[in-house]
Amino acid sequence: MTAPLIQYEDVSITLSTAEGRGTVVRDLDFQIEAGESVALVGESGSGKTITARSMIRLLPESARVQGQIKFEGKDVLQMGRKELRDLRGPRIGMIFQDPKAAINPVRTVGDFLTERLRTQGVGRKEAEGRATALLDRVGVDRAEKRLRQYPFEFSGGLLQRVMIASVLLADPEVILADEPTTALDVTTQAEVMALLDEIRKERDLTLLMITHDLELAAAVCGRTLVMYAGTIVEDSDADLIDVGGLHPYTNALLESRPRLDQKQDELVSIPGRAVSGLDAPAGCPFAPRCAFRIDQCEAERPPLRLLDGTRVACIRAEEIRGGSAK
Amino acid sequence: MSEKLVEVKNLRKTFEGRGGDDSHLAVNDVSFTISEGESVALVGESGSGKTTTARCLVGLETPDSGLIEVCGEQRVVRRPNAATRRRWALQTQMVFQDPYGSLDPRQTIDQGLAQLIRFHHGELSSEQRRARIAELLDLVQLSERQGGSRPRALSGGQRQRAAIARALAASPRILVMDEAVAALDVSVQAQILNVLAGIQAETRVSFLFLTHDLAVVRQIADSVLVMKGGEVVERGSTNSVLTNPETEYARLLIESVPTSGWNPENVSKKRKDSVQ
Repeated sequence: MTAPLIQYEDVSITLSTAEGRGTVVRDLDFQIEAGESVALVGESGSGKTITARSMIRLLPESARVQGQIKFEGKDVLQMGRKELRDLRGPRIGMIFQDPKAAINPVRTVGDFLTERLRTQGVGRKEAEGRATALLDRVGVDRAEKRLRQYPFEFSGGLLQRVMIASVLLADPEVILADEPTTALDVTTQAEVMALLDEIRKERDLTLLMITHDLELAAAVCGRTLVMYAGTIVEDSDADLIDVGGLHPYTNALLESRPRLDQKQDELVSIPGRAVSGLDAPAGCPFAPRCAFRIDQCEAERPPLRLLDGTRVACIRAEEIRGGSAK
Repeated sequence: MSEKLVEVKNLRKTFEGRGGDDSHLAVNDVSFTISEGESVALVGESGSGKTTTARCLVGLETPDSGLIEVCGEQRVVRRPNAATRRRWALQTQMVFQDPYGSLDPRQTIDQGLAQLIRFHHGELSSEQRRARIAELLDLVQLSERQGGSRPRALSGGQRQRAAIARALAASPRILVMDEAVAALDVSVQAQILNVLAGIQAETRVSFLFLTHDLAVVRQIADSVLVMKGGEVVERGSTNSVLTNPETEYARLLIESVPTSGWNPENVSKKRKDSVQ
């Protein structure tokens, strides 16, 4: 058996913040196989972005990582400068949330797209040719003319296509997409998601998408990792919208979202306040807000365990699934 | 029948381009009404004209032409003076997406509320003012301790609730919410939507929601106007528009919401067809 493409083994990350030094994500343990599309879902402060960024070691200076993050069996944390450079871009490409913030506004889109190729010694003509072909592929028309334009001349949706093209130029195997459609309009979101999905299939890419939108995650990705307070609480390949999750937090998230098809008397709101990994209590981090909490929940942090093909970090998952918990 | 609070008729607003000749028609021939206690949603994507429509309504923009009547008063005035604006503020208030812009970082939430109440309702005694602050905090479900905090010490959802309390301090008849729950986490969004439903039930305040989120519309609005390119393309009760949309565009918006079995490719194709 070959090693998984991406593997996290007992990864914890500590950071210095305004409130002092603390652990933002802990005990991350998961793997992603080549060709999978996985969503990393969580609310703000859950640690989803830092988790994804740690895959290419794109972390703040103060970050210390424990455990192992492996790409094709090689520990990313042990990589030297050159190895990292060869990893970021050529192997793992990253799409950021707000293309307007991520693309240099005073350079042309052509400069942005060809910069990397040019520093690798590819001639201007050749680089522009490749950029044009890819812009064309991601649905930006009049590509040649577009190369001479500046980012402000593009709409948000078009600029996100430019970012996707720039990532594809390096021909990576993995795409990390950090809230790729959050800054976009709803119909544009559908277009960009459709494009990502198409390209993923066409090029046999692996996709890790970070999102706060559980519905989007479940609709687009084959597998969902749900994060709360710096830990993964559920790792499921089920259609969460249809069948629900096994962890109380997953289900609370699903129920707190208003529904398109029918008005609810009152939305389920999770009592208390979401905490980040820094403030996570001992024991189950969700316990203080959980409707199914028992004393044992606060005794120790429940590890992820397998139940019906789903990994879930809840000691009462069987009872909750069976409907006998209260 | 409920009293009609807002009547907007044939509203039109253009913005001049920098060169002077490429002016942009932001709102074109928009008409709608809002009754007392009614909750209306303006739905559209960026550039649809929903925010400009709302800004005209509250008096932050002067329309080119059309009629805006709020609480029986005509609002299309060239240069409204301070007294006029003050009167308008007692009728309409607006809550924005980012609560930071409406909160003074050096002021606690109740200090800010006290200042607003003194300004809008100078007739109240200090005791009545304190009672009103307690009432407002209670309405948005902020605790006494949170009321005594500065914005920095509050979470995003609490800050947005503080912003709503501030808007309510003027005791307006109409509250305009511009994507006011869009940036919040879903669990926090649920709290705010429940708070708003409570306010609706307890007061007779009318709401105008500007949003792109149709699930939020379903939860909170009685009727919907769908805007595109500055024009209203479809209108009706929330249930009829969301269940049986009549226009291609409304259908496209509904299909763009990710759900189980969602197919972004189909939506994407449809959108291309509708543009051409």
